Amino acid sequence: MLLPYFQWFETTTIGEWIKNSSWAFAVIESVHLLALSVIGGAVLLVDLRLLGFGMKRQSVSDVAREAWPWLVVSLIVMLVTGFALFVSEATKCYYSTPFWVKMTSLALAMVFTFTVRRKVSLADEHDMRPAVLKLVALVSLTLWFGVGAGGRWIGFSG
Amino acid sequence: MSLLPFCEWLASTSGSIALHESLYMYPLVESVHVLTLCLFVGMSVILDLRLLGIVFRRVPASEVIDRIIPWMVGGFVVMVISGMLLFYAIPIRSYQNIFFRLKLIALVLAGLNAWTFHSGIHRKVGEWGAAAVPPKRARVAGAASLALWAVIVVCGRMIAYNWFDCDMPQRPLVKWAAGCVEKPR
Repeated sequence: MLLPYFQWFETTTIGEWIKNSSWAFAVIESVHLLALSVIGGAVLLVDLRLLGFGMKRQSVSDVAREAWPWLVVSLIVMLVTGFALFVSEATKCYYSTPFWVKMTSLALAMVFTFTVRRKVSLADEHDMRPAVLKLVALVSLTLWFGVGAGGRWIGFSG
Repeated sequence: MSLLPFCEWLASTSGSIALHESLYMYPLVESVHVLTLCLFVGMSVILDLRLLGIVFRRVPASEVIDRIIPWMVGGFVVMVISGMLLFYAIPIRSYQNIFFRLKLIALVLAGLNAWTFHSGIHRKVGEWGAAAVPPKRARVAGAASLALWAVIVVCGRMIAYNWFDCDMPQRPLVKWAAGCVEKPR
């Protein structure tokens, strides 16, 4: 059902350009990886704090507030570079199971991060049960791990 | 002195061949190597940004360093082990890869930068740790670390591309930098 749209992406100017360039894909992918480092740090710092590790002497909300802009900006870079990589090989992605695992995890991770996780991490932690904080961290780590592992595995398939 | 004979010997060992030809182990090790970026480089970025006076300005730098370094060390150990396994699986091509060589040089520089910081200005962290913006030597160390790790990440990714491989026609400069040898193997 979606296949014609995926095939169309590859025929767009940007899709054609990235596909036919010998270095564009590599450069965009490098930026994607640099942003991965930043988003990884921003996510881990808060999730570790929710689990009671890392910046323990600061409140969860202080750590979350500090990390938030870095998470948002690196996520935007990830989405833009990721989309560029996708349009250059959209048909391959359509047939790739890891791609769909990644996109499903990404959708869930983004919704969770911008709703539940944001709300819980910015709230006064004394109003929260410790188990809730830990559960939020584990769900976040699991979802983002799915995004990362799925992303790496797109390159191994097909 | 060339390390090529050593790499050739390493490539002939059964463990290297098994890892190189494995269907799942090699991709698994590579995935661990890439995803640990989040832990190791991600945590380094936070520490470097604190040294630059950009994040956690109200938290003493010494505390950020103390809280984050154990996680960085853990990530670094995983990085080194998985990275050595990746080299073990493909020794000759890696050794003769320009990006691999650049990555190693940048790693040495990053190590020197960390050593200079910890044996120098970090010793006086009691004097400046509470300042929102650390002294210049600490800021320079943070900026150098960010730049070097960015180079290391990008070079690491580029190793996969064969643009400058010895088995392709190359300019003399590339052949020299990659350590290509003329004898057919």
